[in-house]
Amino acid sequence: MIIASTNNFFTEIISFFSDGLGWGFGGEILGYTAIAVIYLIFFAVAGLYLVLMERKVAAWIQLRIGPNRVGPWGLLQTIGDAIKLVTKELTGTIKADKFLYNLAPYFPIVAALISISVFAFGESFQVFDINIGIFFLTAVSSIGVIGILLGGWASNNKFALIGAMRSGVQVISYELSVGLSLLTMVLLTGSLQLSEIIEVQRTGGWLIYQGHIPAIIAFMIYMISGTAETNRAPFDLIEAESELGAGYHTEYSGMKFAYFFLAEFINMFIIAAIAVTVFFGGWLAPFDLFDNVWFLQPVWFILKVGMIIVLMMFFRWTYPRLRIDQVLTLEWKYLLPLNLMNIVLMAIMVWAGFTLPWPF
Amino acid sequence: MDYEAQIKKNQFRTDEYKINMGPQHPATHGVLRLNLTIDGEIIKRVEPDLGYIHRGIEKMCEYDSYPQIIHLTDRMDYLSSHNNNEAVALAIEKALEIEVSDRVKYIRTIVGELTRMASHQLWWAVTGMDLGALTSYFYGFRDRELINDIFEETCGARLTMNYSVPGGIRYDIHENFVQRVKDFIVHLRSKLPEYDQLLTGNVIFEKRMKGVGVLSKEDAISYGVSGPVARASGVASDIRKIKPYSAFALKDIDFKEPLYTEGDAYSRYKVRIDEMWESMNIIEQLIDNIPEGNIKEPTKAVIKLPKGEFYQRVETARGELGVYINSDGKKNPYRVKFRSPGFSNLSALDHMAVGSKLGDLVAMMATLDLVVPDIDR
Repeated sequence: MIIASTNNFFTEIISFFSDGLGWGFGGEILGYTAIAVIYLIFFAVAGLYLVLMERKVAAWIQLRIGPNRVGPWGLLQTIGDAIKLVTKELTGTIKADKFLYNLAPYFPIVAALISISVFAFGESFQVFDINIGIFFLTAVSSIGVIGILLGGWASNNKFALIGAMRSGVQVISYELSVGLSLLTMVLLTGSLQLSEIIEVQRTGGWLIYQGHIPAIIAFMIYMISGTAETNRAPFDLIEAESELGAGYHTEYSGMKFAYFFLAEFINMFIIAAIAVTVFFGGWLAPFDLFDNVWFLQPVWFILKVGMIIVLMMFFRWTYPRLRIDQVLTLEWKYLLPLNLMNIVLMAIMVWAGFTLPWPF
Repeated sequence: MDYEAQIKKNQFRTDEYKINMGPQHPATHGVLRLNLTIDGEIIKRVEPDLGYIHRGIEKMCEYDSYPQIIHLTDRMDYLSSHNNNEAVALAIEKALEIEVSDRVKYIRTIVGELTRMASHQLWWAVTGMDLGALTSYFYGFRDRELINDIFEETCGARLTMNYSVPGGIRYDIHENFVQRVKDFIVHLRSKLPEYDQLLTGNVIFEKRMKGVGVLSKEDAISYGVSGPVARASGVASDIRKIKPYSAFALKDIDFKEPLYTEGDAYSRYKVRIDEMWESMNIIEQLIDNIPEGNIKEPTKAVIKLPKGEFYQRVETARGELGVYINSDGKKNPYRVKFRSPGFSNLSALDHMAVGSKLGDLVAMMATLDLVVPDIDR
C-alpha cells in the first residue's frame, strides 16, 4: 500500500469506500479516483487564482487596479477566461507535425500534476509519502520541458523554435542548480523523504534557521534557479514577447495554450512548495502557534507558499529580461561553483555540529 | 563588386536562416519589417524593409496650400508633432520674411520642450517593456498623461497638435497653462529619480545595455545619425545650439547638451534621461517671463511663397528634422522634402547589430527610438 500513515485523511477516504461501504477492491480504486479528482479540482482552481493573483500583484506594482469587473473584486475574472479558453476553437498550422503538435501541451501539465502528489499539506494530508520525495520532485518536474521543446519544434515556426531551444538550454542548465541547492539541505536533514524533512524541523526549527549561512545561500540559489525553471521573468526568454512574439506557444490556441499557461502557474506553486517544505518548515506553524493543530496545517502551508509566490511575482514585475548568454553565464560561471562550495561548507558544518539549535 | 559576387554575398549559408521581424512584431512599434539573417541566435544581417506605412506625405504636400502642409507633418513623427509643425512654420516664415512676436517664440519653445519630454517618457516606458520590465510602461505613461492634459487644455489636441501656423500659433495659451507647467515640472523632478530606481541602476538592465549596439563617432557621422543617438557617440549635433531658432535664438538659454563617448545603448539611454532634465531647465528659464505680444502675425489669406528654395532645421525628440521647400511662386510648393531623423538613425542599425544576439537587437531598436511613420512618411 502506498499510503502509510494510519490517521491520514486520504487513507480514510479509501477505507470509507472499501471498508465503510464494503466495496472491497473496487471501492479502493474508487477512493483513489476520488483523491485524484480532489487534487485536480484543487490545482485547477489554484492555477486559475494564481493567474488572478499575478494580475492583482502586477496591478499593485504598476499603479493600476487590475481586474475588477467580473464578480466582486474581479474574483470571477479568470473563471471567465478559462471558460473562454475551453470553448474556443482550436486552430493550428497546416504544416505542423500534427501528432507531436497535439501531444506537446500534455507534457507540462501532466508533469506538474504528477509532482504535486507528493507534497505534504499537513501531517495527515499527504497522498504519496515516498522515501525519495525530493529526488522524485526534481525528476518529474523536469519532464515538462519536453513538452515545450516538442511544441516549439512541431509548430513549424521559427520564432517558436528559437523559444523552444532557449527553453531546452535554460531548463537543463538550471536543473543542476535546483538539484544541488536541495542536496545541500538534504545534507542537513539526512533524508529525502518529505515527511522526515518536516519532522527534523519540528524539533530543531526551520532549516533556514538551523543551517544559517549555507542554508540562506542555498535558498537564494534555489529561488533564482527555481524562477528560471518556471520560465518566468527575468528568465522568460522562452516566450520573450518583445523578441519572439509568444515564443514556443505562438501557434497554440484555446485549451492547448491554456495547458501551457496553467502548467506555468502550477510549476510556480511547485517551486514555492518545495522551498517551503525544505527551508521554511512545511506545514509547521511559525513559533508553534496553536500547537500545530491539524486542520490549520494546510492553511500554514498555503500561506507560506503564497508568500514565496508573491516574491516570485515581484521578480517578474520588477526586473528586465536577461539575454540568453547572460542566463547561461550566470548558471555555469557563478551559481554552479558557488553551489558546489556551499555543499562543502554545509558538509563541514554538519560534520562539526555548527548548526543552530532551536530554541536558541 | 560584379554581379556573380553580389549573388554570392546575398546567398546565405546553409546553417543560417531568415526570419521576418515585423511588419507585425511587438518590438518594432509599428509596421517596420526587418529581414534578419540569423545563425542560431547571432545576427548576420539586418535588412530593414520600408513602405508598410508610406502615405506619400511629401507628394501630398505638392497639392496642398502651405497652411495645410502643417496638418500633414503631425502624422510623420507623431510623438514630436509640435516640433514638426514648428519646422514647417519656421520655413514658411523664413520665406515670407515674417518676424513673429517674442511671445510666440517663447510659447513655441516651451511647448516644443514639453513635447520632447512627452516623447522621451513614452520612449522610456517602451524601452523597459522591450527589455521585459513591464512596470516602466505604466510609470512613463502616468507622467506623459499630465503633459497631454496641458496640451489638450491649450490647443484642444493631445497628440497631433497643429499648434503652429505660418505667422504664429493657432490659439493663445490657456490661463492655467503657466501654473500647470510649473506643477508638472515639480512633479517630474520628484518622479525622474524613480525612473532611475526602476531601470537605470538595475544590474540586469545595465548588462543588457552596456556595450550593446556600439556606434563609433566616425560611424555616427558617416551614417548621418542625429539627436540622442549621435550625442551618445560623442557628436555634438544639437540644432538648438548649432543653429538656434525660436526662443533659443532670442535669449541665451542656459542648458547643457548631454554628450557621451561610449556610443552604446546605455549611453543613448542616459542621453535621453539627461535631456528630460535639461528640458525642464529650459522651461523653467522661460515659463516665468513669457512676454506679451501678438500670437499671430497677419498673413495673406492665400499664402504664396516667393520663388526659391528654403530650408529649416529643428531638433525634434529623435534628432534633426530638416524641411526643404522648393517654391515656384504658386500657392502650393513645387517640391517638399523632409529629412527625418528616424530614417538616418535606422540606417545605422545593420552596422550596429551584426554579430550580436537577437535580444540585443531589441535593445538597439528601443534605444534608436524608432517611430515608423517618421521613417516612412
